Amino acid sequence: MRTPPGAGTPWRTRLFQVEERSAPYAYVAPFFLLFAAFGLFPLIYTAWISLHSYRLGSDMEWLGLDNYTWLLSNPEFYNALWKTFTIGVLSTVPQLALALGLAHLLNYRMRGRTFFRVSMIMPYATSVAAAALVFAQLFGRDAGAVNWLLGIVGVDAVDWRNGDWTAQVAISVIVIWRWTGYNALIYLAGMQSISQDLYEAAALDGASRWQQFRHVTLPGLRPTILFTIVVSTIGASQLFGEPLIFGGGKPDGGALGQYQTLGLFMYQQGWTYGSLGRAATVAWVTFLLIIVLVLVNTRLAKRRAPK
Amino acid sequence: MTATLERPPVTPVPPATSRKRLRRNDSAGPLSYVLLGVTAFVFLVPFYYMIVAASRPMAEMNRTPPPLTPGPDLWSNIVKAIDSQDIGLALVNSTIVSGVITVSTVLLCTLAGFAFAKLRFRGRATLFAVALGTMMIPPSLGVVPLYALMANLGLAGELSSVILPSLVAAFGVFFMRQYLVQTLPDELLDAAKVDGATSLRTFVSIVLPIARPGMAVLAMLTFMTAWNDFFWPVITLNSSNPTVQVALNNLGSGYVPDTSVIMAGTLVGTLPVIVVFLLLGRQIVGGIIAGAVKG
Repeated sequence: MRTPPGAGTPWRTRLFQVEERSAPYAYVAPFFLLFAAFGLFPLIYTAWISLHSYRLGSDMEWLGLDNYTWLLSNPEFYNALWKTFTIGVLSTVPQLALALGLAHLLNYRMRGRTFFRVSMIMPYATSVAAAALVFAQLFGRDAGAVNWLLGIVGVDAVDWRNGDWTAQVAISVIVIWRWTGYNALIYLAGMQSISQDLYEAAALDGASRWQQFRHVTLPGLRPTILFTIVVSTIGASQLFGEPLIFGGGKPDGGALGQYQTLGLFMYQQGWTYGSLGRAATVAWVTFLLIIVLVLVNTRLAKRRAPK
Repeated sequence: MTATLERPPVTPVPPATSRKRLRRNDSAGPLSYVLLGVTAFVFLVPFYYMIVAASRPMAEMNRTPPPLTPGPDLWSNIVKAIDSQDIGLALVNSTIVSGVITVSTVLLCTLAGFAFAKLRFRGRATLFAVALGTMMIPPSLGVVPLYALMANLGLAGELSSVILPSLVAAFGVFFMRQYLVQTLPDELLDAAKVDGATSLRTFVSIVLPIARPGMAVLAMLTFMTAWNDFFWPVITLNSSNPTVQVALNNLGSGYVPDTSVIMAGTLVGTLPVIVVFLLLGRQIVGGIIAGAVKG
């Protein structure tokens, strides 16, 4: 018996069809399975754990909303919340503003463009740990290079770590240093997708470079800016490594908790005090705050957009 | 699930936009050079400081003004750092962790990216939207149950507890999808189908070779992210079996108050990524730009 050329035997054809139909699911399955196991399940389970008293090695004990009332009546939580907010603003706003300016400069035709781009992004290649260790030295009180430079201009030595705002500024500097170049590249990518015709039209109308930046570049970058704001907000709300290492590995965020972020607070509850139920509560409340913040930021950014 | 947030979703990159900008007056003036020069200087100074501090005895670093040139003690400081926190083991561990994560992420993301880019199947749009959404979930949110899970599996303290949650990344799926949408011609896939190749066969002999440059960029970015991951390794690992970042954290918080030794350890832990960056900086920068959101 002969089969027509190219058609294969019936069972082969059917196998072929089955393969073709199921293959796509097999290809995307690893991603979703791994995400379900190590992303989604922990996320949901966190909410369940937050309703319990839970220590590793012992059984979970139902508490209802006790952890939440504990948290909401805890002054240390409000302190961490406030510090997370202030450090977040101190690090995010200058970071994104600087990145925007840098991207504008990096977008020019110039010699050594690659060198500038690579050197801006080098800090992104360093780890939180490395960056925080270096800056902890630079911000040292007695022998730190920052105080030495300030001394040259006649400013007295600053006790960066023990001051309230000074510690927050120092930590923000670490964040700004690590992420500004990265955000600049994101903005640069956005700038390069803005149509050149718009610039040509603006130039024909006699718009200066500054006017072109304000009226062509900025509106064209809106979605990109919105995106970086959202991502930076999420990043800032989870700040952990910088304050931990800046404080010498202790999660108390300084003697007065002057730089204890929500991330440190959670770590302290769960891994210093061993109360994983309370840590889960902090995590879940942080998550809710992130959602609110992202919504507010998106709103604000949309409202401020021209036209 | 680690650090996916640090990167934006991928959208089309029109490759030829920067070419035709000749008519606009867009070359940099002297002020631009000055501003960029100053910024580059500020961005690079901490690296230089790291080298200076790592190569001198601590007593010298405590002088005012601090020394500005490298000294002779680099090697002895590195030896001290390695002795105090077993940086050698940490380097091996980080290499294993980052290597496994990179291979797995690149392979699985290319597979999924290929399916999302070129294969038709029911629920594709929905599944893709879900995958996109997962990038918005902060990774640190699930650490409590993840930690409990790893402890129950007996994996806490093991390298596998760091590797498992990072075997695949949503960012990579988008990155590879985007790359393949642009670079993989449909005609090739049709031709393979006419020849009777199964989709797996097609993947191996047609998609993989074409995807290689994109996979290389994704590999570099993944390796960097995995090498630098901090939050989860610090929680799940202990000082007897650390990755580089855990060792650095211990070095900074431990009983080694010696600045120079700390900086030597930092230098050793950062060097691998710096070297990669110096060799491949242009491609990495290009990769980040290609992965960025476009207006």
